[in-house]
Amino acid sequence: MVKNEVTLHVNGETRSLYIRNAETLLYTLREKLGLTGAKPGCLNGDCGACTVEVNGAAIKSCIMLTIEAANQQITTVEGLQDAPIQTQFVEKFAFQCGYCTPGFIMNCNTLIEKYPEANETVIKKWLESNICRCTGYKEIEDAVKAVLTSNQADSSV
Amino acid sequence: MSWSIGKNIIRKDAVEKVTGTAKYTADAPTSNMYHVKLVISQHAHAKLKAVNVARAWDVSGVRAILLGQSSLPLTGDEVKDRPILAFDRVRYFGEPIAAVVADEPFQAKKAAELIEVIYEPLPVVQSPKEALQRDAVLLHENLASYDKVQYVYPEKGSNVANRVKIRKGTIEQALLESDVVIEENFSLSPSDHTAMETRCVIAEVKQDGFVHFTSTTQAPYRIKEQMSNYFNIDEGKIIVNAPYVGGGFGGKVALHLELIAYLATVAVGGKQVKLHYTREEDMVTAPGRIGLEATIKLAATKDGKITGAKLLYLFDTGAYSDKGTMISKAAAATCTGPYQIDNIWCDSLAVYTNHPYATAYRGFSHSELLFAFERAMDILARKLGMDPLELRKKNAILPGQTTPTQVPLNSSTVGDLPRCINKLKELMNWQEGTVIPIDDEKVRVKGISCSWKTSTIGPSASSGVALLFNPDGSINVLSGIVEIGMGAKTILAQLLAEKLKMDIQKIHVHMEVNTQTTPEHYKTAASRGTLMAGRALVKAADDAIRQLKQIAAQVLICSPDDLDVGYEKVYVREEPDAFVEVKDICYGYKYPNGYAIGGQIIGKGTYTLRHLTNLDRHTGIGKTGPEYTIGAQGVEVEFNTKDFTYKILKAYSVIDAGKVLNPQTAIGQIMGGMSMGLNHASSETFVFNDEGIVQNPRFRTYGPFRYGNHPDYIVHFLENPHIDGPFGARGVGESGLIGMPAALANSLSVASRVELNRLPLTPEFIWHEKKAGNNDDLV
Ligand code: FES
Ligand code: FES
Repeated sequence: MVKNEVTLHVNGETRSLYIRNAETLLYTLREKLGLTGAKPGCLNGDCGACTVEVNGAAIKSCIMLTIEAANQQITTVEGLQDAPIQTQFVEKFAFQCGYCTPGFIMNCNTLIEKYPEANETVIKKWLESNICRCTGYKEIEDAVKAVLTSNQADSSV
Repeated sequence: MSWSIGKNIIRKDAVEKVTGTAKYTADAPTSNMYHVKLVISQHAHAKLKAVNVARAWDVSGVRAILLGQSSLPLTGDEVKDRPILAFDRVRYFGEPIAAVVADEPFQAKKAAELIEVIYEPLPVVQSPKEALQRDAVLLHENLASYDKVQYVYPEKGSNVANRVKIRKGTIEQALLESDVVIEENFSLSPSDHTAMETRCVIAEVKQDGFVHFTSTTQAPYRIKEQMSNYFNIDEGKIIVNAPYVGGGFGGKVALHLELIAYLATVAVGGKQVKLHYTREEDMVTAPGRIGLEATIKLAATKDGKITGAKLLYLFDTGAYSDKGTMISKAAAATCTGPYQIDNIWCDSLAVYTNHPYATAYRGFSHSELLFAFERAMDILARKLGMDPLELRKKNAILPGQTTPTQVPLNSSTVGDLPRCINKLKELMNWQEGTVIPIDDEKVRVKGISCSWKTSTIGPSASSGVALLFNPDGSINVLSGIVEIGMGAKTILAQLLAEKLKMDIQKIHVHMEVNTQTTPEHYKTAASRGTLMAGRALVKAADDAIRQLKQIAAQVLICSPDDLDVGYEKVYVREEPDAFVEVKDICYGYKYPNGYAIGGQIIGKGTYTLRHLTNLDRHTGIGKTGPEYTIGAQGVEVEFNTKDFTYKILKAYSVIDAGKVLNPQTAIGQIMGGMSMGLNHASSETFVFNDEGIVQNPRFRTYGPFRYGNHPDYIVHFLENPHIDGPFGARGVGESGLIGMPAALANSLSVASRVELNRLPLTPEFIWHEKKAGNNDDLV
């Protein structure tokens, strides 16, 4: 089987590894780098459980090839350090089984970075790409809004 | 004043879950494993003429190819009707036919795709009613000869896997003597749990003969027990690990891929193998949610007293019975919803069809039967010209009365329905009316439903807890409850903190279950975690307290009877200043001269459900569960009368929770349940074509709720204690869900002015019903 070398920049580290061309970023992260925070939920872009950040964009890593991510800046949930959205997920009980949580957190985190002023419509547009089967989404709404509101309060001072 | 109970204690699994470090089954490193891929049936019913594997062997990395054979055991919880891998015949779309074991996942997949299966299609049975026709094709000709447990009753020469009868009073008399009778049919198709984590198992037989599984399971101890039965392995030599589970909803109670993985590991000399389902396999190959066809006939007096109920529940258990037989039993036990009815005739059947087979689903028959029964209640109210909530209140089951299975109730064993109804009325602003016009096209409508739930699990189900003290006085809690999302282990920590009046940060709960080292919990299902493990924990805490007092009594030179434990001390009750710290005695006590007494404190406790019985075959008399959780629920919907689209604005739940142990966790459980119930009611279902092939086995077409579909949730708890429950708590894990389908259907029936008796309630379906009925006679 043919394998090629790629260089990935993940969570601030540079890693070189051999991959098959057909490998998805999700597979490489999980199976080659042990970064199992991103989860497989559907492997076809429907659920968002596999969401990571690539160059600051929220990307479903199950539908990106690893070779496409070569030399890009990748952040997985393991790369977040006490992000406000993580704290709010804890405080608002925004997870139950926790399986969708890393994907939601990465998606929320990118939303917060990109659209600090996000209104209801933007939040909905952004978050409807992920699925949670345990919560009724209310707690996730509370968590994301808590971060947005507190950021807005900070920046208005 | 409570110490820990009733507080929003942050969950013990929080940090791991928000940092991505929580480990689930599929997260284990795979460098040392082989991978298994299945070949699944492309037909819902067919003879297997041939399975040609030759080309698959050409793929590099292939280690083994497994096919079904008659020498392998048939499997099943109550009726052993299911082959591990199909042979001779397939009975549902998605049924496993072959399994390939290879070095890499892509190799296993490639090889599986090269296996050629030759089918000879057979006629397909698509509904219980069809399956009960005299000339229906039989799914299991050998039904009568299958092994089964004692209390299920498959009917020879038919597609009936089980029939449960409830006979209370004299129904014919009640029908004759009533003023008003209604009779209606209701139905819903099978669907799926679609937990976000698809099922996965890792299996291995080690050199010493021990068989190891790591599985996405809600029932690790049942895997151990059943694998031992099927394959004649000593139960003690089977070790099952259950790490975090990414949602179960009942679907991970069934033993399913463990069986295939076991055969696979044996085929490669015991080496570790991993079988991880894709979303599509998880939806159709693994068992799903049961379907139902129901006929409800209710008789009442003019003033709204229900005098009789004649009920037929036909559950669509699919190709195999799995939990279908127990679901039909659970439905029979609570067949009338939470109402006192003197005369009941009910037949509840599990019927084979060529659909994917059914297992437990959150609610275990209750959301299905309540959909039918609570719709019928609204139809009856309309016919009587009575307010639907008044009708329910008038017939509410109360302490002193008996259930359909003739269990006498008291205020501990049943919640308070009239008070739930009163509270719901107030929250929903009921006196405002149920239909409020918004503009020319839109109306705002309200619908309600009441619910009850008891569990139907093995009469001898038990749970154990062990408490291991650390030298610093902190405690490790070991319980066989699997953390599937409901936060049960945090609740256990809260109970312990309350008992010992200690800092919850010093209570460590072990999240992963290992059947070799963790005390057994029957299975993590049926909302029984808090009752069973909670009671076991209280007992274990008492055991630890007794041991602590015994050592402290020697140190403090007094009788253990004079001591209390709390605040991380053991102290003389009357003179709290005379104390010894727990940390100084929980590993025994050392006297100044070096003598030592005692040792590590290990508290233990077990709890077994009391006085549960099977149901009498002819009358249904018997007791299936410990208590009946009661609820009243409602929705408020904005409905477009032109195009039949709607938006769910608000969803209400008033639940008698006995005692709320962690409010935020309890509300989360209820909201999640409501969301799931509304999702099922409005869009979720398997769509079958004429050949019985599932058309939508993926998220994109299956229709799960997404962010923004959620209504405002209004959740309110009553607290009438269940005396047996820890601190009075009742099981509420399913209560949010079970009334929602009926509440939504009731609101939309009023809004659209046509009786909507089938799920899911899509705008297209409503349009269809409008056109078919073309009647405008609903008020
Ligand atoms: S796994 Fe990538 S979107 Fe579902
Ligand atoms: S917390 Fe379980 S799927 Fe979201």
